[in-house]
Amino acid sequence: MMATPRRIQSPKTARPSIGLMIFAIAYLVFLYLPVLFLPVFSLNDSAFIKFPLEGFTTRWYDEALSDQNMIAALMNSLKVGAISAVSATFLGLLAAKAVTRYRMRGAGTAMGVIMLPLFIPEIVLGISMVLLFDAVDLPLSLVTVTIGHIMLTVPFAMAVLIARMDGFDKSLEEASLDLGESAWMTFWRVTFPLVLPGIVSSLLLTFIVSFDEFLIAFFLGGTDMTLPVYIWSQLRFPAKLPSVLAMGALILVASCVLVVLAEWLRRRGVSDEAKKGAIGI
Amino acid sequence: MSKSSPATQDGYLRIEHVTKRFMGVTAVENANISIARGEFFSLLGPSGCGKTTLLRMIAGFEFPTEGAIYMDGQDMSAVPANKRPSNMVFQSYAIFPHLNVHDNIAYGLRRLRLSRREVNRRVEEALAMIHLPGLGKRRADQLSGGQRQRIALARALVNRPKVLLLDEPLGALDKKLRESMQLELRELQRSVGITFVFVTHDQEEALSMSDRIAVMFKGKVLQVASPRALYEAPNCREVADFIGSINFFEATVRGQEGGDVILEAAGLGTVRANLPAEHGFISPGARVIAAIRPEKILLLADGNGQPGQSAVGVIGAHAYLGDRDHLQVALSGRKEPVAVAAQQIERALTARFDSGQKVTLGWDKAAMLVLPG
Repeated sequence: MMATPRRIQSPKTARPSIGLMIFAIAYLVFLYLPVLFLPVFSLNDSAFIKFPLEGFTTRWYDEALSDQNMIAALMNSLKVGAISAVSATFLGLLAAKAVTRYRMRGAGTAMGVIMLPLFIPEIVLGISMVLLFDAVDLPLSLVTVTIGHIMLTVPFAMAVLIARMDGFDKSLEEASLDLGESAWMTFWRVTFPLVLPGIVSSLLLTFIVSFDEFLIAFFLGGTDMTLPVYIWSQLRFPAKLPSVLAMGALILVASCVLVVLAEWLRRRGVSDEAKKGAIGI
Repeated sequence: MSKSSPATQDGYLRIEHVTKRFMGVTAVENANISIARGEFFSLLGPSGCGKTTLLRMIAGFEFPTEGAIYMDGQDMSAVPANKRPSNMVFQSYAIFPHLNVHDNIAYGLRRLRLSRREVNRRVEEALAMIHLPGLGKRRADQLSGGQRQRIALARALVNRPKVLLLDEPLGALDKKLRESMQLELRELQRSVGITFVFVTHDQEEALSMSDRIAVMFKGKVLQVASPRALYEAPNCREVADFIGSINFFEATVRGQEGGDVILEAAGLGTVRANLPAEHGFISPGARVIAAIRPEKILLLADGNGQPGQSAVGVIGAHAYLGDRDHLQVALSGRKEPVAVAAQQIERALTARFDSGQKVTLGWDKAAMLVLPG
């Protein structure tokens, strides 16, 4: 799973001490140096992953992109990711609407149960789902992986969407009803446009979670491989390693772009609200 | 001027035996109100008294646990908010942040499938009505509080509702703007002739704007009357206390004499008062409350007090307020001092008020209210 970058904030009054500064830099190096090896070695003109670097090449990228199995695995991952993201965001939206808009008995319990997959070790989830699908005679395939991923990503979608739904005045929806629109049209004319930044951010986040996920894909995939599972299977062949690094570097860049985009959208949504609040009442 | 005739059984908006409970808590209890067509009607009460819940039931956002609401003769019990002939101005104004002013005002017109030109004409008309012509292109986040309030009003009125509901619409505005909006709102109501139901906790606001007011307290409608009647003839201690300031005296009924009731009140002695309109609670020996407003108490020259309509006391605290003086007068036989508001005109005639000075208080017997104990 991706580590989401966080901003480290020191109390405004404290002066930065040299010691803390060194610690912070050491921490960042520890965190990101291994990740930087990926693009560095993927451009190194040698089949062996070791220093010193031999020279610059893009042949590993050519190799990676012409590996039919790798491309097939990538397509599988994109498919699973896209379907998981759309499904989880849709379910998350319904749940967020229910939690934020209705007086419900047991809303807290329901929330807890839905959020639970975040705290259950994935290996436990993976094994138990294998047992479940076996019991109901559902053959392991991309379908079962997708089901597992939807379950895993719904909590992420919910967290993002509940925050967004809570962020705007409930009387906006009431105003729409009051002005004669049905519940359905109110959703399309008011709720949806206001939640849209949250929906986009949820889609991106859940897609990334699914795309990067290994354990569940490994347990539930059967003979179908997603990209992480394929990459793992290729680690046994040293000659394949550089092209795996190249693919890894590409995914790294794509993931970073998506995370930044999702976060940017989320913040933009939040600051819109803040602005409204400041100028409003 | 207030319409003194109370709405009849065939009121335009009728609230009949309406009770609302939320998970065992009674928010509104057996409310009965009948509002006439074109009336400016206020629901007044402290926060938590159920006035907003009642308004939301009229709008259709909440449904009564018991009882029914009728608009123009139609039972609204099964009618959802979007099908009711009412529109609402929300406390937060609820201006759609993703739409500009024009689209906000035109929001409710979409269903009518009007031509674009007709929509534009109505929106322009509405903007002119609220004195904001040409503001249609303005984004929602570029509006001031006062503008938002007016646009919320225009957005509701453009649909030509039978009833306009207003939930503390002036509460978020500063004092000066609020006062000018009170006048403007009243003028607007008169010119459009739409029935207004106005929720507020501000008694001055309710008194100055309304044809009639329902005072609510702890979920109950205590009194429905014109502003004048509420102030001059409250029907219970809570209403008298909530509207304006007033002195209460524990009292016992001694008997009746002509049209008057004779009381024995703590600190005042024997007191004569007019028999209240509803006087079922008055019988010899009954515990009642005598009440009089501070400005209805006059300061008299010594010995000028009439029996049953005067008392002698000693001035305690004294506050000079420019147009009037506020005095606290201690009476023997009563712990709390009596509040007296002396107007400028009367004050000029009297000598200066000093603490410890002995004074005679007098009042008209019509000013002494008798309330159920």
